[in-house]
Amino acid sequence: MFSYYVHIPYCVRRCGYCDFNTYTPSELQDGASLEIVSADYIDAVLKELETTPTDQVSTIFFGGGTPSLIPPKDLGRVLTAIKARNGITEDCEITLEANPDSVTQEKLDGYIAAGFNRISFGMQSNKEHVLKVLDRTHNPENVRKAVDMARAAGFGSISVDLIYGAPGESLGDWASTVKEALSLDIDHISAYALIVEDGTKLASQIKRGELTMPDDDLMADMYLLVDQQTLQKGMKWYELSNWSKPGHQSRHNITYWKSNNWWGLGPGAHSHIDQKRFWNVKHPTAYKERVFAGQSPIKDSEVLNDEQKKSEYIMLAIRMPAGVRKAALTVAQYERTVEYIKSGHVIDLPDAIALTPKGRLIADRITQEMLA
Amino acid sequence: MPAISIAKAPQPASTNPAQIRNFCIIAHIDHGKSTLADRMLQITEVVEARLMRAQYLDRMDIERERGITIKSQAVRLPWQSGRDGKEYILNMIDTPGHVDFTYEVSRSLAACEGAILLVDCAQGIEAQTLANLYLAMENNLTIIPVLNKIDLPNAQPEKFAAELAGLIGCKVEDVLRVSGKTGDGVAELLDEIIDQIPAPVGDPEAPARALIFDSVYDAYRGVVTYVRVVDGHLKPREQIQMFSTGVKHEALEIGVISPEPLPSKGLGVGEVGYLITGVKDVRQSRVGDTITNFARPTKEALGGYKDPKPMVFSGLFPLDGADFPVLRDALEKLQLNDAALVYEPESSAALGFGFRCGFLGLLHMEIVRERLEREAKLNLISTAPNVVYRVTMEDGKEIIVTNPSEFPDGKVNNVKEPIVKSTILAPSEYIGTIMELCQERRGVMLGMDYISEDRVEIRYTLPLAEIVFDFFDQLKSRTKGYASLDYEEMGDEEGNLVKVDILLQGEAVDAFSAIVHRDKAYSYGVMMTGKLRELIPRQQFEVPIQAAIGSRIIARESIRAIRKDVLAKCYGGDISRKRKLLEKQKEGKKRMKMVGRVEVPQEAFVAALATDADIEKIKAARKLEN
Repeated sequence: MFSYYVHIPYCVRRCGYCDFNTYTPSELQDGASLEIVSADYIDAVLKELETTPTDQVSTIFFGGGTPSLIPPKDLGRVLTAIKARNGITEDCEITLEANPDSVTQEKLDGYIAAGFNRISFGMQSNKEHVLKVLDRTHNPENVRKAVDMARAAGFGSISVDLIYGAPGESLGDWASTVKEALSLDIDHISAYALIVEDGTKLASQIKRGELTMPDDDLMADMYLLVDQQTLQKGMKWYELSNWSKPGHQSRHNITYWKSNNWWGLGPGAHSHIDQKRFWNVKHPTAYKERVFAGQSPIKDSEVLNDEQKKSEYIMLAIRMPAGVRKAALTVAQYERTVEYIKSGHVIDLPDAIALTPKGRLIADRITQEMLA
Repeated sequence: MPAISIAKAPQPASTNPAQIRNFCIIAHIDHGKSTLADRMLQITEVVEARLMRAQYLDRMDIERERGITIKSQAVRLPWQSGRDGKEYILNMIDTPGHVDFTYEVSRSLAACEGAILLVDCAQGIEAQTLANLYLAMENNLTIIPVLNKIDLPNAQPEKFAAELAGLIGCKVEDVLRVSGKTGDGVAELLDEIIDQIPAPVGDPEAPARALIFDSVYDAYRGVVTYVRVVDGHLKPREQIQMFSTGVKHEALEIGVISPEPLPSKGLGVGEVGYLITGVKDVRQSRVGDTITNFARPTKEALGGYKDPKPMVFSGLFPLDGADFPVLRDALEKLQLNDAALVYEPESSAALGFGFRCGFLGLLHMEIVRERLEREAKLNLISTAPNVVYRVTMEDGKEIIVTNPSEFPDGKVNNVKEPIVKSTILAPSEYIGTIMELCQERRGVMLGMDYISEDRVEIRYTLPLAEIVFDFFDQLKSRTKGYASLDYEEMGDEEGNLVKVDILLQGEAVDAFSAIVHRDKAYSYGVMMTGKLRELIPRQQFEVPIQAAIGSRIIARESIRAIRKDVLAKCYGGDISRKRKLLEKQKEGKKRMKMVGRVEVPQEAFVAALATDADIEKIKAARKLEN
């Protein structure tokens, strides 16, 4: 079992809440177009690929940034190379993250031809005022068109990403977004509570008092709403923030939560091989320089000790419905969950403990308690 | 030149009492006592000009910085009178200037025959000065009224001379005018001291009797005891005895301060000086006690000795629990020099290990805390100060309570609390404001007098507990700093007092229990529960915060259960970051205090107890760190 993550560090513009490792063309080179800044990027990725293990691959995920800004033939070069040197499983899941505004039928057909079979659209909200606060540019109308075009092109699995808890978003706004999303021809939903990251435009707007974050109770209600609504449409949670129809879970993301092996290609990408985690230099220019000079782009690494590995297991396993195996817990760790079992946050299964809906909302606290 | 060189001046142990004058200076903080003392040192030439520095006699940093004198000293000043041309020895006994140290002041006064009443002629007399003046008058001291700072542009010597004349019953023209700053009038003042203040009288043949008026710990010499010989004489190498304890010591060294210690052949009748026995703890050499000769002891002690009695108690806790031993050592060291400081270990569920400390009063408390923080580099939090309560149970048993947590739960018959007689001096425009404040604090008015055209003396009885709780700050802020306060004990009175407990999920949090008047219990409860609701983080269950008198709940707040504590997104790159965050939180959790099942960060307790001044200090410290 082996996976690749391919990072595409480009966006047309940066959204106000985003702290991902992504850059606009003019941030990288004054007045340059995307074509200019990204021209040799795929070459660099292919060069890094040469340094990676040759295990057969079961999932590939192109994330960003905005991967759908790069033409199908360029992304196709990466897939062709992986197929040639690693080989892929028959049911290999190959995902593209896409902005609903940056796709056309022709382009989507091209991605299918290149080998993609799963697509995830950044929808975030169907409310203009919410999108405006998030500083997103897409027209909410475009999401439905994009989903339909993707289905027509032949994508077997379609997902949308939603964000809740933006300043000024009411429970009603969120209900409308969820309803709209569930009326689309999709198989999967990711719904994330908005996190205000330091250094973003949104963070400074909040600091200046121009915007106010909703309180945690409203966020909790929003989570429970999407959890109930998806269930009614036959989608079940398989991770804290992810719901899918049967057989449409993102197998790629599950590799993260199960600590399988994957290699992240591109600037700032993280990898995990056995008990080692490592990550690349962050800036695309530095990344390209290193790779083209024949140097490793790896910036730093850590080898997990057994305790850290166990902590990661608990922290990740608890995010999924199967929960944490009791065999992996010490007596003390199990005992610390007893209060939460009594209070209805944790279910005591025969050989595992798992979270109830209200337990999912305080997963970090419960994890913390177990690890204390 | 009226100054006499020390070598030629009359020597200790052989000075005729008729040539001695013992005096002290009664003054308020900032009224220029230390500066006047500096000028006296200078014109009598006991300090060489090149060695002179400001506030020469104030030894501790805190004294210099806060402009207050905590420990008195006695300086021997030789002086040739400009009037009769004869040589004299003037012993200037410095007195502490604050209400907490009334007893020490009274002993210093008992060592003198006269006092200079020193008043800033831009401010007029202050309440504490007035209280000390009355004390001096009760001791039959000759009072020399002096207005200081006559060089100031806003001086009002006529107005305040009239005020002083009215207070002590002299003529306006008898009020001297000096400037400690320029030295104007200081030589005349020394001559006036010789003329007005009587020489000491004593029996040189009687068994030795000397009054201890101060006792100071010195790291090199051990305890230095300051004495005034009344009868007989003290000689080095003699065995001496403390009258109150009967303990015998050898006088290793006897001398005078001039203003550095100068060993002498002894001290005779009327003389003032120091004595070193090698003891390491000032509690073995107590202010007010009588020293006598072991071989030929006196039968009768000098009057007025009292054990120091702590009036105000507070818990002192190190912010960092690991500093507990440092605090213990620092208190031990401080006690060597502070007979009035008492303490015992205390453990609090909220604040960890610390000490319950007893102080003479609020200033004493502040000084102790400041010295601990400064000298031992400690960060301390103190619980709200409280007074000593005498609780009588229905079965007649009496319990002394110095800590609210000791307040009995059972059937209480009555509770007595200390009452003080307070004197407030202020411009008359603030009469209404001051009366309002005193009424709020359960005060009973005793009377009011105009001490000058526009200044009044207002007298109230007040429960001491009301004074220790920010009364002074309130008085200052409501009178723009113009009012001054003094108080003296008046015994105990029964009060309608109850203990209010603050409960977190049904468990009392010791640090927040308070003994308050029944009428104020509700507002204390509302204030404290509200504060804690803001400060304690949400838990996975709802946490009720209640204020209760016994089992009766008088106020209630609740911290709603936490509903969301999760990071929504956790993909490849987030895993290391998230694990590290968890590891960090694990460290933070160790600093949490558990009250029953409720987890409370210590900072929350600290913030709930902090006064505004503490918060300013914490902010300032943070600023420095950044």
